[in-house]
Amino acid sequence: MPCIEARGLRKAFGTTIALDGIDLRVEEGRILGLIGPNGAGKTTALNAILGLTPYQGNLKVLGRDPWTERDRLMRDVCFIADVAVLPRWMRVWQALDYVAGVHPRFDRAKAEGFLAKTAIKRGSKVRELSKGMVTQLHLALIMAIDASLLVLDEPTLGLDILYRKQFYDSLLNDYFDRSRTIVVTTHQVEEVQHVLTDLVFVDRGRIVLDCSMEEFESRYLEVMVHPEHVAAARALEPLHERQVFGRSILLFDRVDRQQLADLGDVRTPSIADVFVAVMGNKAGAADGAAK
Amino acid sequence: MNSESNAPPESPNDPQAGVPAALSATRPLYWSVRRELWENRSIYVAPLVAATVVLFGFTIRTITLPRRMRALSALDPAQQRAALEMPYDVAAVLVILTAYIVGVFYCLDALHGERRDRSILFWKSLPVSDLTTVLSKASIPLVVLPLLAFAIIVTTQLIMLLLSTAVLVLSRTGAATLWTQLPFFQMTLILLYGLAVHALWHAPLYGWLLLVSGWARRTTFLWAVLPPLAICVVERIAFGTKYFALLLGYRLIGSMKEAFAFGAEPGTRTIDSLAQLSPLRFLSSPGLWSGLVVAATLLATAARMRRNREPI
Repeated sequence: MPCIEARGLRKAFGTTIALDGIDLRVEEGRILGLIGPNGAGKTTALNAILGLTPYQGNLKVLGRDPWTERDRLMRDVCFIADVAVLPRWMRVWQALDYVAGVHPRFDRAKAEGFLAKTAIKRGSKVRELSKGMVTQLHLALIMAIDASLLVLDEPTLGLDILYRKQFYDSLLNDYFDRSRTIVVTTHQVEEVQHVLTDLVFVDRGRIVLDCSMEEFESRYLEVMVHPEHVAAARALEPLHERQVFGRSILLFDRVDRQQLADLGDVRTPSIADVFVAVMGNKAGAADGAAK
Repeated sequence: MNSESNAPPESPNDPQAGVPAALSATRPLYWSVRRELWENRSIYVAPLVAATVVLFGFTIRTITLPRRMRALSALDPAQQRAALEMPYDVAAVLVILTAYIVGVFYCLDALHGERRDRSILFWKSLPVSDLTTVLSKASIPLVVLPLLAFAIIVTTQLIMLLLSTAVLVLSRTGAATLWTQLPFFQMTLILLYGLAVHALWHAPLYGWLLLVSGWARRTTFLWAVLPPLAICVVERIAFGTKYFALLLGYRLIGSMKEAFAFGAEPGTRTIDSLAQLSPLRFLSSPGLWSGLVVAATLLATAARMRRNREPI
């Protein structure tokens, strides 16, 4: 059974189409990055998966319909919507008590263990904690839940680099264990590149790229072309070209690695570069069509 | 914190493992109610403050108690009783009024505050259904506040009684009249009955307030109060009738008429005997049951609406 299976997922807010027929299949044990510009429909897609918003089309999460079975589904699904949703009046011990009270799969000792590694005091109110500490607290609560699916929507927004690094480190080292599935959206693409196993680009409610990271690495290659080979390289129809320190860097999709190695230094591009190339080309194509 | 009592009631491997359905249903409800008390401390602080204010005033007044008790001995027993009961009734009424005010403002904020501070996203990330959440919030004015008010009032009245006794004994006036004429046990029973009757009778009002708090984006108080007023005004102007206003009035104070039997002569609104309690008539009044049906509908609608409510 796939962890998430969506077919023809649609959602419109008035005349604005947020999701325009999304087909998505996420298998158990994957870490999927959902990447897209603002307003692409990432959060809407996550809200549909979490049962926070009604939708059209077919969607099953862990075999359940999220819209009608949210409370049951939330025994197996955790999510961090963003850093600012923990109630500000709540004290740390109250958060622990409450989650322990309502969640059958919460391991309180584990949460206390995570908290012991931080500077968070048991009696503090959430409003008294720094933004980074609130994230640590939320993460400690979530990681102590034995869930099958973890959904993170911009989990590190507004955090400084130390907390961001720590966040993904604890997620990978203390939480992820191949039987869990993680779906994450973020604008800080470079931070998740080494974390992800799968990648989906979303734009204007549609999926524009859906591949595993192995596929990504074999498919996309970036070449810093020797000046004398630039013309030859351009003949291979690069996806994108940019100039860095007077050298041309060309991005290729599905071009033989050996062939490219003759033209310059080949390396795996960053997700951000491919994202810019794919989105930029789409925008260019749309402009061309308009003319 | 006792970690054993918080151990997961289910084995993590098998979610269907033999947990009684009742247990898994009431645990989230229980913790949700506790959560409400953590967040809204005014639920118990405000009635306690009211009781303290009453006690403070009463303590000062005990200075003149021996003189008043001696004056009282000239009156007949019924008048003695009325005079003795008066401060105890005032204490009860003040605490109950405070509890009502707290309940109304609590309800108006209950489903609004969680959207305003975005914490609804956190609550919804936990396996607690929208119905459980709405029921836990409805239980505050319907169960928690009446029980709290009862406990606080009885405690306050006991302190008043002991204080008066001490003053009377020390002043050598003697507390015999007080203890023989003040029907303490009967007062307590009437209080309990009255609180239960009003909670049931007012249930649709709280349901309405909760619905508005889950629906309105801002100014929940105005949305809760102005539309009913507008209906009254329109009805009065358009048809010259006031059925809706009468209906509202009946819902606010009609429980007194349905649940208590007052004396035959007009103008007597006192309750001084258990015989005046008429639970059977109350339980068979259509007003009660129609009100409860309306309350259930309003709460179910509020729960359904919370499903796609987002932070505002």
